[in-house]
Amino acid sequence: MSGRTRLWLLLAAAAAVVALAAVLTPGGGDARTADDRVRDIASGLRCPVCQNLSVADSPSALAREMRSEIAARLRAGDTPDEVRDFFVERYGEWVLLAPTREGLNLLPWLVPIAGVLFGLGAWAMLVRRRSSPEAETPTPAERRQIQAELDALEEPG
Amino acid sequence: MRIEAPPRSHAPEAPRRSRWRTVALVVVPLGAFALLLAASLGRDPRALPSELVGDPAPVFALPNLEGGGTVDMADLRGQVVVVNFWASWCLECRDEHPALDAAWDRYRERGVVFVGVLFEDTVGEGLVFADEFETDWPLVHDPGSRTAIAYGVFGVPETFVIAPDGTVAAKRVGPVDYTWLTTEIEGALRAPEPA
Repeated sequence: MSGRTRLWLLLAAAAAVVALAAVLTPGGGDARTADDRVRDIASGLRCPVCQNLSVADSPSALAREMRSEIAARLRAGDTPDEVRDFFVERYGEWVLLAPTREGLNLLPWLVPIAGVLFGLGAWAMLVRRRSSPEAETPTPAERRQIQAELDALEEPG
Repeated sequence: MRIEAPPRSHAPEAPRRSRWRTVALVVVPLGAFALLLAASLGRDPRALPSELVGDPAPVFALPNLEGGGTVDMADLRGQVVVVNFWASWCLECRDEHPALDAAWDRYRERGVVFVGVLFEDTVGEGLVFADEFETDWPLVHDPGSRTAIAYGVFGVPETFVIAPDGTVAAKRVGPVDYTWLTTEIEGALRAPEPA
């Protein structure tokens, strides 16, 4: 079995495993229960009467009532985004456990990337300056000197 | 027998310029970071946002605490309404009660309506509190806290002043004082009535 055939077999096996996993994984949107959909939204909302608990995890009465509000709105045909907007309108963006990725909120995502790019640029500049090209090609005078010294070395005794 | 390294040809002004550049590269990011810290460290991390101010107040029709009838926001259009979320277990609600009482006495003749919405409490406990303080403005309860959620209530006490056109004129998280109430009610009374 040649190396190339083996490679193709390996790739085919990998593809088969991925396909099998995709088939076995439970559910697209239809298989999810109403409770799952409520939980999805509730776990992204901050419980107003707790410290650092989501509406899904909080045992408080208000969180329970917020979950039934979510369920009622989903039953009424609201999309998950519309339900989230309802809470943001009343409680502000504070209520979202993950801030939206827009405006100033992008700063924590962009600054590290900018920092890495900046560092790479600075490093590249430094490397280029350290190895200036004119130092590598000897002038004709240097060539003559090198040749002369090599000749002197080769001369016996 | 040594090979002498040829002298390198460097631009003479290069080191000075690169030093300035290095200083700028360090100072500018540090300065930006300091500004960011200065802007955010001064903020109270527990401050809560004041949403809904300027927006239409959520309408509600809630049952009276004492039974019999409801208070319907739709009937109060054109009047200044003070919506106060409270509970019998809430100590700050006891603290703010005299201020509410004084403002109620002063403005009830001028068509200002106070509504106390009970939050996360039983009707029985709420009635005991109302008896103790002789609260004489309309008190309602909020089954399922749907109205509290619609108003974005974090906890009690929270107070909303609603202008005659049905928009939220002011919101206070925490206990109100008499000065805040009179200032905001006067402001709402001066607001133009709906057409």
